[in-house]
Amino acid sequence: MIDEEDIDLLLNDLFDLYGYDFTRYSRASLKRRIVRLCSLDKFPSFAELRYRVRSDPQYLKRFVEEVTVNVTEMFRDPAFYKSVREEVLPVLGTKPFIRIWHAGCSTGEEVYSMAILLKEANLLRRSLLYATDLNPSVLEKVRKGIFPLALMKQYSESYIASGGTHDFSSYYTAQYGQAKFDNELSEKIIISTHNLVSDSSFNEFDLILCRNVLIYFDKDLQDRVLNLFDASLGTLGYLALGTKETLKFSAVHNKFKQLNREKIWKKIM
Amino acid sequence: MEENHVDHTCEFLMIGGSAGSLEVLFRLLPLLRPDLPFPVALVLHRRNSSDSSLAELLGSKTLNPTQEVEDKEPITPGTIYLAPADYHLLIEQDRTFSLDYSEKINFSRPSIDVSFESAAEIYGPGLVGILLSGANEDGTGGLMAVKRAGGRAVVQNPDTAQMPFMPHYALTHLAIDHVFDTIQMAAFINSLV
Repeated sequence: MIDEEDIDLLLNDLFDLYGYDFTRYSRASLKRRIVRLCSLDKFPSFAELRYRVRSDPQYLKRFVEEVTVNVTEMFRDPAFYKSVREEVLPVLGTKPFIRIWHAGCSTGEEVYSMAILLKEANLLRRSLLYATDLNPSVLEKVRKGIFPLALMKQYSESYIASGGTHDFSSYYTAQYGQAKFDNELSEKIIISTHNLVSDSSFNEFDLILCRNVLIYFDKDLQDRVLNLFDASLGTLGYLALGTKETLKFSAVHNKFKQLNREKIWKKIM
Repeated sequence: MEENHVDHTCEFLMIGGSAGSLEVLFRLLPLLRPDLPFPVALVLHRRNSSDSSLAELLGSKTLNPTQEVEDKEPITPGTIYLAPADYHLLIEQDRTFSLDYSEKINFSRPSIDVSFESAAEIYGPGLVGILLSGANEDGTGGLMAVKRAGGRAVVQNPDTAQMPFMPHYALTHLAIDHVFDTIQMAAFINSLV
């Protein structure tokens, strides 16, 4: 059994030794991830996990990877992508240049989904997609644009449900059980580590997507991140969150107007 | 067994169900009193979709306010909360809900085990966990956590379940406090204070 004081000690270590601040992560989920890792890596006690994290920077990498959730998929919530297609991209298309930020992009499935939408709207050539995550190893996967071939059937169905009319398999090459997405898509993706907890705004964007990331943060940290997004959005820029996330309880909510049933807001001031 | 321990106040009621559980809820919810003094959470295996009409459908069966959970929502007594499809439902120390999109557990998201375990940590003896019909092992590990924390574990009588496997699996793996059909379950919930 791991109690709250143990978690606090570990989180203090992580901050003092490595500068990673998990103290304002949603505790219920974080604790579950730590307990899971403890049993996955067969530590006889929590103290030994803590010792390993303190003394082995290589293990720290694994710790951060496993404790943060990196589950994602292409065209998750097709209705959301349909709305981006029909209501957001036509407006962004009036701009000479389009900057999009995927904050907490994990392995990049949503970034490639967006690149496909931009290509189909003939906007990809004048767009840049910034893909950031705190975790360098997942960003390596974004760079490669290689996802398991076995998932393509499901992704293809979601793509079609999002209003896609092309043959989804035309966007990738199948090889050795993997699907490698076209360079035409990946060359528009700029990859960088960025920690939403501690890093600041680095550009001005027309659209920021941060879906199913805020759920892992507590209220205070959610507010910090939403302020960061507010500061990083141009006038009339768009912010997209996950289907169960909301601006409703945040300080910035009166600066935004929700577009429709989907979790997309437009910055109005 | 039951006579030996003093029943703790119910601070939170969590109901888990899989295949065959909706029919039970459609019969159970109308029998519940309209002023439940504790919050209720329904953690159901269902089709992945952002379609939230299930909450409305369930809400039409009860006078208690019913809604699908949003992230970091405060937990209010008397409200029936539905775990959203394709997220795990967790509970924070400050008694708000948290959602989590990590790996499926027991092939399920939401996983009943995950929610029972999380609620057991927060509510301890104040938690009542009920497991309904289903064809999956999910829920048994969670009920064990409920019991370890001093809470009460209830299952639907497998003889009355469309899919008896889930409640039966729990019954064969831990000491369950009560085995109920729908009518008995409603009377039990209405008697909780």
